[in-house]
Amino acid sequence: MVFAADWAGFAQQVVGGLASGGIYAMLALALVLIYRSTGVVNFAQGEMAMFTTFLAWALVQHGVGYWGAVALTVLIAFAGGIALERVIIRPVERAPALTIAIVTLGLFFLLNGAAFWIWSPEQKYLRSAFSTRPVEIAGVQISIQDLGVIAVAVAAATLLAVLFRFTKVGLAMRAVVANPDSSRLLGIRVGWMLALGWGLAAALGSVAGLLTASPSFDQSFMQPVLLYAFAGAILGGIDSALGAVVGSLLLGVFLNVVTSLDTLGLGWTIDNDLRLPAALAVILLVLLIRPSGLFGTAQVTRA
Amino acid sequence: MPLLELSGVQARYGALQALHGINLTVDEGEIVAVLGANGAGKTTTLRAVSGTVKTNGNIVFGGERIGGHGPEAVAREGIAHVPEGRGTFADLTVRENLRLGAHVRPRGKAKADYDRVLRRFPILAERQRQAAGTLSGGEQQQLALARALMQRPKLLLLDEPSLGLAPRVVAEIFRTVAELNEEDGLSVLVVEQNANLALETSSRAYVLEVGRVAVAGTSAELRRHESVRRSYLGY
Repeated sequence: MVFAADWAGFAQQVVGGLASGGIYAMLALALVLIYRSTGVVNFAQGEMAMFTTFLAWALVQHGVGYWGAVALTVLIAFAGGIALERVIIRPVERAPALTIAIVTLGLFFLLNGAAFWIWSPEQKYLRSAFSTRPVEIAGVQISIQDLGVIAVAVAAATLLAVLFRFTKVGLAMRAVVANPDSSRLLGIRVGWMLALGWGLAAALGSVAGLLTASPSFDQSFMQPVLLYAFAGAILGGIDSALGAVVGSLLLGVFLNVVTSLDTLGLGWTIDNDLRLPAALAVILLVLLIRPSGLFGTAQVTRA
Repeated sequence: MPLLELSGVQARYGALQALHGINLTVDEGEIVAVLGANGAGKTTTLRAVSGTVKTNGNIVFGGERIGGHGPEAVAREGIAHVPEGRGTFADLTVRENLRLGAHVRPRGKAKADYDRVLRRFPILAERQRQAAGTLSGGEQQQLALARALMQRPKLLLLDEPSLGLAPRVVAEIFRTVAELNEEDGLSVLVVEQNANLALETSSRAYVLEVGRVAVAGTSAELRRHESVRRSYLGY
């Protein structure tokens, strides 16, 4: 019987998908933040998060408490993002998009190499921010960890929305993205607003890294996450913050469901090893069918 | 001492020299017009003042040398520049555009300015929550002007406010500028193709030709000036 479905198992997969989607969403938001100000995807976004996660691990190794290390890491990531923009991106600010993209690719290898140079390549262990104990909600076993991750992602997205909608600095950042020349005439310090965007992106990414790291991680642990985040952002529309969140959540649930179709009593499912190819297929399909994604702005160019 | 003084100001875009030594002053409480054909250097003169083009020579504003200061700094010193094409943020609301005008103002001071500006431009009060891009051309020019006023400038630089607008709307814009000048003592340096209107509104004017001041004088004098009449006023 095909519909001998395990609905509780299915619901569990959906919640788990929302949790991974929430992590992709934070990294995707970081990608969108930088894409909107520079016009390129920051290839180093995942490695930046990897590097800050190692910093958090090193802090814990040096006796700093977990939550103290988390707070410090997010602050360091914020400052580091600002510094990266000022030092590495600013000199190529007016260069063609391809140049900036290559610079972020260089940053990818720089951070990756530095992490291998500073820290050994063995697996590192970091505790999770949340308990992995399950709770039962409406007959469905859901891990507290998944709920915590979803809550953090929602909080991060909400904070960002509040920043951009209601604060003076957030409004100035939007103005700079819309029209840097006009912004300058109003006395807005355009360079600093761009740097602030990098700081926020790095901070968001660092949270995504910390949530992905447990129970163990190594120097390449953020690379698949970056691809998922990229797929989520493309699905939602690469220039839309709302799209990044919705696209990533949809992708997270989609990937979890297609790799657990057997719980629905279908008798077969897509192998878990095909998660990444499935995400890449999503990128390809979106680019073929609807390049602007769900919420993005369609690019219209006169021939 | 004039509020703004340019002496021997040169500017270039790459190999192209746009200004060959401009001398120009604006006194406090004065409206000064800059006339000239396309490519005469009118817009570049405004850009030189607001720091959006690199210059040589002296630019003094309120007794301080501002030549070489970037636009962010010049805006903070009390100069508002409404650029060609108005420079409003089309995707942001009218309210957000106005809030951005007050970016350099201290917190808390902007609210009173906001109410004052909306009283001056009642149409903007009705459209506060609309995206600026949905406004008509005339309303957008009003928004650009209102946003500049949110800066509480000592000097307003106005570039071609008549561009693309119906004559009735243009006349209204100039009436507003004249009111701001009379009631609030706002000093204005305005670049304008419509020489008739510019000379009616201003007290003094400069005519630029290929990056130099060709004729300067009171607006009344220029209206009687033989070659100005023939070249720019059309009678």
